[in-house]
Amino acid sequence: MSATARDVSVAAVANARRRDRYSPIGWARGGGLAALLFALPMLAIFGAFSWYPIVRLVVLSFQHTNLIDPPTWAGLQNFRDVIEDPLFTTAVRNTAYFAGLALLFGYPIPLMAAVLISESRRLRGIYSALAYLPVVIPPVVGVMLWKYVFYEPSSVGLFNTVLGWFGFGPYGWLQSPGTAMPSLVVESTWANAGTTVIIYLAALTSVDRDLYDAASVDGAGLWRKIWHITLPQMRGVLLVTFMLQIIGTVQVFLEPFLFTSGGPANATLTLLLLVYQYAFGNSVGVGFGQAAALSLMVAVFLALFSVVFMRLTRSWSTT
Amino acid sequence: MSPEESTGGLLSHNEWARRDIRWFFGSGQVLLFVLLVLIGLGPILWLAKGAITPTIDTLRNPLALFPHGVAWSNLSEAWSHVNVGRYFWNTIVLAFGSWLCQIVVATTGAYVLSVLRPAWSRFVYALLLGTLFVPWIVLVVPLYIEVVDPPLIHHSFAESYWAIWLPAGASAFNVVLMKRFFDNLPRELFEAARMDGAGPVRLFFSIVLPLSKPILGVVSIFAILAEWKNFLWPFLILTNSPDRQPLSVRLPAIQAQTQIGVLLASMLIAALVPLLGFLIFQRTFLRGTGLGGALKG
Repeated sequence: MSATARDVSVAAVANARRRDRYSPIGWARGGGLAALLFALPMLAIFGAFSWYPIVRLVVLSFQHTNLIDPPTWAGLQNFRDVIEDPLFTTAVRNTAYFAGLALLFGYPIPLMAAVLISESRRLRGIYSALAYLPVVIPPVVGVMLWKYVFYEPSSVGLFNTVLGWFGFGPYGWLQSPGTAMPSLVVESTWANAGTTVIIYLAALTSVDRDLYDAASVDGAGLWRKIWHITLPQMRGVLLVTFMLQIIGTVQVFLEPFLFTSGGPANATLTLLLLVYQYAFGNSVGVGFGQAAALSLMVAVFLALFSVVFMRLTRSWSTT
Repeated sequence: MSPEESTGGLLSHNEWARRDIRWFFGSGQVLLFVLLVLIGLGPILWLAKGAITPTIDTLRNPLALFPHGVAWSNLSEAWSHVNVGRYFWNTIVLAFGSWLCQIVVATTGAYVLSVLRPAWSRFVYALLLGTLFVPWIVLVVPLYIEVVDPPLIHHSFAESYWAIWLPAGASAFNVVLMKRFFDNLPRELFEAARMDGAGPVRLFFSIVLPLSKPILGVVSIFAILAEWKNFLWPFLILTNSPDRQPLSVRLPAIQAQTQIGVLLASMLIAALVPLLGFLIFQRTFLRGTGLGGALKG
């Protein structure tokens, strides 16, 4: 067989194969159909309840919608409405305040707890279980317990009872604009810190033990070891938890919704609570456009924050 | 033990031997223990106490320990008169459906992405990862509109459990977790099964699923817990069907007309299943595999 003839026959076989692969029957025989069928639940569920709503969110934010009349295009009107709403500024300020306070309580305390817990090998399991317990309590139960028992404003509230022994109080924890937000943060930290403790504990076990021994031999003290070994070795995890905590607290909804409904005097009105009020607050549907616009702004802010944060900290992070 | 020997920890033996450091860390740990018991266990113990304390005693002195005896009747009253039994059942049904949907989507989806790997699966996987950047709660408005006025179907699914079960399945975190696990299963096993003539269906049910029991357990535990904790979505969807609402939606609603002793009993009942689950599956929770899901808030 000449060289060209061989080339032609090779090409013919390849062509036949390709045709076989691209014909519907060949595709199905090759496992293409099975793969598609197996992917069906994922494609259907994510399509309907994740991808489609994301697109719809963007569309809604540029529309006037009320579920009765056909939607009309609104241009940037919804965004303008939100930004010009004085409650928007309040909500931004309150959400930043919540996030800042939550960081102040919920970031260093679990770290200190985790360092102490990991040094106690015998009681480690019990310690971490105790720290994690509040996380498994349903949030609604936690909030109600704090609202109707711990923060009860009369003198028989649990906190007021204890403070009463020392001659303080009674305080209206959730009733005064000054203490309402910190009270929410304290409960939320109680409810969520266990997760952070577990993450830190896992990170602490991966710290290279030899470094501690080497530093000890070189005469480094406890604080220098924490500062120069523990924290730098954990920096990847510390950065991630920082980011996750910001992302989580910007979305705070349940606490202001159930504790205070945003009061007193809008002191605990957060961004997602404002979304809820736009969409479902007065009569359902009137403010869907504004609600969607504000949701989109929060989503874009969080996405930008994550990307910028990861870019900026890439060189510090080991992971 | 000589002081030079490694402790494998932050503190060397030398340091454990130093009185000031031992005192500092020792008292820190005692303090930590007291605080953790107080903060972690305290509220639950108080809730358990309050649940079986006569309302009048809880109102007079919340810290007294049964000054006028125990009121077991709170629990039975909550269960039957306040209908907590029914809401408990609703919660179980909702959690079961959401669990089923999540497991079906996560196992079949991960099977395609990790084992079958058709050409388009990388594109789907990228779309899937993209949704991790979109927090669920910002989609509440479009999801609500979609459920109340779905495109093409035009039949409202408000007040229907399907509107809670099906969206629960759209958890990219579950699929990623499952895919990572499938990625680490031995490929030779799949090849051997194919050689023996096993098709994709056979491979899935006889090889992949039986090997995945650990990750199925993890995803299941977190799926059930998440639905048990869920509030906003069932609150919006089941607004007009109080008899079909789960505990988390019902508890705030019954608060005003329920005396505190019975209310606390209802809250204890609502917290019992997650607490028991935690006690039984402690290691799963504390190992941290599913924490990303817990963080979705």
